[in-house]
Amino acid sequence: MSDRKHLTREQTKDIDENIAWASINTDVLRSMENPRRGYWVAMAVSVCLFSVMIYAEVYQYMYGMGAALLNTSHMWDLYISTFVFWIGMSHSGTLLSAILHLVHADWRKPIYRFAEAMTTFSLMTAGIFPVIHLGRVWNFYWVMPYMTDRGIWPNFRSPLIWDAFAITTYLTSSVLFLYIGMIPDLAICRDNAKGWRKPLYTWLSLGWRGDDRQWRNFRFTYLMIACFLIPLAVSVHSIVSMDFAMSIMPGWHVTTFPPYFVAGALYSGCAAIITLFILLRYFFKFEHYMTFPILDKVCKLTFVIAMVWTYLNLVEFASVWYGHDIPSKEVLIAKATGPYSPFFWGMMTFGSVLPFSLLSKWVRRNMYVLFFASIFLNVGMWLERWMIVTPTLSLGYHPQAFNVMWPGWTEWAMVGGSFGWFGMLFLIFVKVFPCVSMYEVKEMVFHRKRTIYEDVDEMMTLHSGVPGPKAQAQTQTSGGA
Amino acid sequence: MAGSSKKIVAKTRRVLGLFGDFDQAFEVIAGIRRYQVPGLTVDDVTLKSPIEHPEIEDVLGERPTDIPKFAFWGGLFGLVFGFLFLAGAQANFLVQPQGGKPVITIPSNVVLAYEMMILFGVLSTLAGFIIGGRLMRKSSGLYDTAITVDQIGIVIEVTDKQYQPLTELFKKHNVIEMHEEALS
Repeated sequence: MSDRKHLTREQTKDIDENIAWASINTDVLRSMENPRRGYWVAMAVSVCLFSVMIYAEVYQYMYGMGAALLNTSHMWDLYISTFVFWIGMSHSGTLLSAILHLVHADWRKPIYRFAEAMTTFSLMTAGIFPVIHLGRVWNFYWVMPYMTDRGIWPNFRSPLIWDAFAITTYLTSSVLFLYIGMIPDLAICRDNAKGWRKPLYTWLSLGWRGDDRQWRNFRFTYLMIACFLIPLAVSVHSIVSMDFAMSIMPGWHVTTFPPYFVAGALYSGCAAIITLFILLRYFFKFEHYMTFPILDKVCKLTFVIAMVWTYLNLVEFASVWYGHDIPSKEVLIAKATGPYSPFFWGMMTFGSVLPFSLLSKWVRRNMYVLFFASIFLNVGMWLERWMIVTPTLSLGYHPQAFNVMWPGWTEWAMVGGSFGWFGMLFLIFVKVFPCVSMYEVKEMVFHRKRTIYEDVDEMMTLHSGVPGPKAQAQTQTSGGA
Repeated sequence: MAGSSKKIVAKTRRVLGLFGDFDQAFEVIAGIRRYQVPGLTVDDVTLKSPIEHPEIEDVLGERPTDIPKFAFWGGLFGLVFGFLFLAGAQANFLVQPQGGKPVITIPSNVVLAYEMMILFGVLSTLAGFIIGGRLMRKSSGLYDTAITVDQIGIVIEVTDKQYQPLTELFKKHNVIEMHEEALS
C-alpha cells in the first residue's frame, strides 16, 4: 500500500527512503536489458531521420551550398541557429550535475545522469552544424591549431576559432565528467554482466573495488571537475554569443548577448530534462526514482530561468528601442511586424508566456500536459535562435542584400536529422549504460533515512517525549509480527 | 636477528569481512582502534563500500589526497602553455594580415588560454584520480560482488597470531561472511 502511495501525485517525498539498495541495482540494471517494441520504434524513427540528413548532406556536397538556399547575405540561417540550439541543450547536464552538486541539492541524484548524457550528445550534435555549413566539409580541421609544413595558423582573433577551442574543451570535459561519475556504477554493471557486456564494463570500470581510497579520490575528482565545468559552460555559450556580438551586424552587436545566451541555454536544457524525465519514467518504469516532487523542482527551476530569459529579452528590446542605432531598431521592428513576425511572436509566446503554466500544480503533475508543454518550450527556444540569426541577415546594412529567405528542404532535413542523430545516441546510451546513478540514489536514501530515523527521532524524543519515526516503525514491525 | 624478527611479524593472509551496515563495520574499526587485535592499527584497514560515507574519515582518520594539487598544476600548465603556444604561433605567422592590431593580442589569447587552463586542469585531475585511486592496476582477488550491492567490507592483512582475535572481533559484530587469501 505504501509502495503504491509512493507513486501517486500526492507524494511529497523526493524519494522513498525505505527502498532496499539491492532493488535499486535490480531496477536500473533491468532497464538496460531486452529492448521492447517502443524502443525499436524510437530507434527506427531516429535512424530514418538521420538517414535523411545523410542524404541531404550528400546532395549538398554534390550541388553546393545553393542547394540549402544559402546565398547572398544568408550564409548561416538554420545551420547556425540549430547549432546554437544544441549547444544550449548541452547546458542542462552542467546545471544539474555540477551546480546542484556544489550546492548539495541531493534531489538531482536520480536524474543527473541522463542530463549529463544529454550534454555530451547535444555537443556531438551541435558540432556537426559548423562543419556542414562550411560546404567544404573536408576542410573542417583548418580551425584547429596544428603544425603545417607551410607554417600557417588560424586567426586566433576570430570568435569562430574560440568556438572550436571552447567546444572541444567542453566536449572533452563533459565526456570525462559523465564517465568519471559513472565508474562506481560501471563496477555494479561489471559484477552483474554476462556476454559482451562483461569485458566492456570490466575495462571501463578501471578496476573499481569501492575502497575508501578510491571513494576519497573519487569525491575530490568529481568536485574538482564540477568546479572546472561551471565556468567552462558559461564561457562556451558566451563565446557562442560572441560569434554574433563581436560583429557589427544590427541586432547582434549587443552587450547582453553572453548572459542572454547562457540563460537561454539553461532554459532549453531544463525543458529538455523535463521531456526526457517523463519519457524515461514512463518507458523504464522509474516511478520510484523519477518522482513527482523531483519533477516539481525541475519545473520550478525552469520557470525561474524562463523569467531570467524573459527579463534579458526585455533589456535587449529596451536598449535597442531607446538607443540611437537606427538599423538595429529597424531589425527589431521587422522581427515584430515583418515576414518573420509569426515566428517572433511564437518565440515570445512559447518562451515567456507558456512557462507560467508551470506555476500550476495540475500541470506539473499531469504528465501528458507537461510533456507537450516542455516540447513547446523547446520549440520556443529553437525559434529564439532562428530569430537571432535570420532577421538580421535579411536586413543588414547593405540595401542590396535585403531579402527574405525561407529555408529549403536540405536545411530542414539537416535540422530533423540532428534530432535523429541525438535520438540514436541517447537510445544507445540508455541500453548500454545506467541512466540512473545507482550509487548516488543509495547515498540519497542512506542520508535521508539517517536524517529521519536518527536526527529527527532524537530531537522528538528529547523535546517532546513523543516517539519518533524510528520508534514508530519498530512498534509497527513488532505489532505486525 | 633483525631478519628473524621480521619473519615473526610477516603478514600471512588477507581477510575480508562483510557487514550488513556501516554501524557494524565502524564498530569493528573502533575495536581495532582500541587494540582489541594486538599489533593491528587503523592504518591497516581498507573499507570497501557501495557508497561514499561522509563520516568515513572520522573513523579511519584523515587520509590525504593529491587531487587538488593535480587540478591546480594541470590548470596552471594549461594557462601558461596555452598562452605561450598561441603567442608562439602568432609570432611565427607574420604574413597574416594584422589589420593594425598587435601581433600577439592579449584579449583573444586570454579567452583561449582560459579554455586550455580548464582542459588541462580536467585532464590532470583525471590522471590524479587514476594514480591516487590506484585504478587500472592488478588488484587483490579478495572481493565480493555484494560490496557493490549493499554490504560493507573490511579488508585487513594479518599475521597468524592476529588472525584469531580478528575473526572473533568480526563475529562479535555480526560479520555476514568472511573470505581470505594467503599472501605470497
